[in-house]
Amino acid sequence: MSMLRSFTSGFTLLLILVNSTLAADHDLPVTFDLGRPVTAGEIAAWDIDVRPDGTGLPEGRGSVQQGEQIYREKCIACHGENGTGGPFDTLVGRLPEDAFPFALNPGAVKTIGNYWPYATTLYDYINRAMPHNAPGSLGNDEVYALVAYLLHKNDVVPEDTVLSADNLATIIMPARHRFVPDNRRGGPEVR
Amino acid sequence: MSDKKSPISSSRRQFLVGVTAAGGMAASGWGVALTPTSASDPTRIQGLASSALGGRSPHEALKRMPAYNFLSLTPLESLHGTITPADLHFERHHGGVPQIDPTRHELLIHGMVNKPLKFSLDDLKRFPSVTRICFIECSGNFNTRAEEKSSPQMLCGLTSQSEWTGVALSTLFREVGIQPKASWFLAEGSDAAVMTRSIPLDKAWDDALIVYAQNGEAIRPEQGYPMRLLLPGWEGNTNVKWLRRLELSDAPFMSREETSKYTDPLKDGTARMFSVVMDARSVITSPTFPQNLEKGWQEIRGIAWTGRGMIKTVEVSVDGGKRWQVARLQGPVMAKAHTRFSLPWHWDGAPAEISSRATDETGYIQPTRRQLIDTRGRGSQPYHLNPIMSWIVQAGGQVFYKAEPWA
Repeated sequence: MSMLRSFTSGFTLLLILVNSTLAADHDLPVTFDLGRPVTAGEIAAWDIDVRPDGTGLPEGRGSVQQGEQIYREKCIACHGENGTGGPFDTLVGRLPEDAFPFALNPGAVKTIGNYWPYATTLYDYINRAMPHNAPGSLGNDEVYALVAYLLHKNDVVPEDTVLSADNLATIIMPARHRFVPDNRRGGPEVR
Repeated sequence: MSDKKSPISSSRRQFLVGVTAAGGMAASGWGVALTPTSASDPTRIQGLASSALGGRSPHEALKRMPAYNFLSLTPLESLHGTITPADLHFERHHGGVPQIDPTRHELLIHGMVNKPLKFSLDDLKRFPSVTRICFIECSGNFNTRAEEKSSPQMLCGLTSQSEWTGVALSTLFREVGIQPKASWFLAEGSDAAVMTRSIPLDKAWDDALIVYAQNGEAIRPEQGYPMRLLLPGWEGNTNVKWLRRLELSDAPFMSREETSKYTDPLKDGTARMFSVVMDARSVITSPTFPQNLEKGWQEIRGIAWTGRGMIKTVEVSVDGGKRWQVARLQGPVMAKAHTRFSLPWHWDGAPAEISSRATDETGYIQPTRRQLIDTRGRGSQPYHLNPIMSWIVQAGGQVFYKAEPWA
């Protein structure tokens, strides 16, 4: 019995040695040659994001007037007449001297005009997610027009504005300078 | 014999198993065999036959609490240990839960990479797998307007914990080859919101995962089936579900959620962005509303967690914060994970106020409501609020949340 036991444990030890030798052959490679190459067309079909510098803005153009028409047709039910008073997000509103009272006043309503730091975000978001009952259904011209309309209602651009990839990213939003990166660093301080 | 051809339906078969095995037992036992859960003496009658899929005891009525169609809250006070059953994991979505065919779903990685690639679910499963336990908490997980008749589920049920399995994002990023100038990436979901968040690249090299499994099975649709981004310790919204695209870049994309929504207005007239690491927090799960206590020994229980590493201590007070006792932590204490704490307590029947506060390994102590309001301002809500919460035990044993105005 004791012979059998020592035989077994010796065998186990041998197995461990063999296994550890084998493991060296199975160190992880840098790449696994998995996944499939994609065409430029495949990337373009999904690459819909628009960045603050305007990268990603597509061809097309839209005016404030066109935007108002589309807004009345597709947005007003959720966001209300003139971008206020609807059941969902209030879109329009500026505060005197562009005050930023949100930390102190829980009643202050955040809007595109008083809170959103980038105009490009409007294009990106409307294009990908609006209208709620038919997300992704708007054409480029329609999205440009809606952005123009909403920026005009927020007194950010004049009434005769026509937006396109040429000028959308140049718009400086009223609250742009308010936004700062995370200032918490871990440790005892509560911020 | 297939079920279709069987002359006996499965419920009928189940009934027969009970009856046959019961043999010569009195006829009065038959009715019990049909509903074994109500058997007065389960040792006197055969139980149900084995089955393909288990279920909870009909005596257990665990439920999420759905609200507004776009969220549901985990019943924290009804759970034990630290793992949230997958069907009770909280939900928060911005375009509903998409119904995705996994064979048609692919993950695209492109942008500042050497070799843009698309990965199928099967591809992901062939990479070395990684499993870890961590919490996911929505950053809007505190109800500042709650009333005293509020349970932990109603107050802060937007946190849950799972064992997640998937592939390290660093493994996928090595596969495509990240260009030296890349410093951020966009994560995008394939839901109706086409949810997008910008993530600093460092997080990918640190501990980010693309996960396809939750508690041993495929991720639930509500949690991102067939694959989601998992950023341990970071606010829930950054853990993009139904993930379809990652784009490497040299700057953040400034999506709607990370600018107009999940930001913290501060008293100096600024708004803090990308405050994504969840600060330390603890929540008592028992005794809480709507419990009724009897005099004598109780165990004060709860969970604590921090996005910055491990929980170091949890203290409990039963006298409104005058004195604090160190609670026992149930090991193993894991980084960025719900940690169970407990403290035996002998209740003498006198009114009491019970609170808990967590300290994490960085030395951060869970703040009071007053500290948070004084630091950030009372309007800085609803995101990233982690105050010490208290429960009032009345002389009769009724327990209520200590509701105080956020002012």
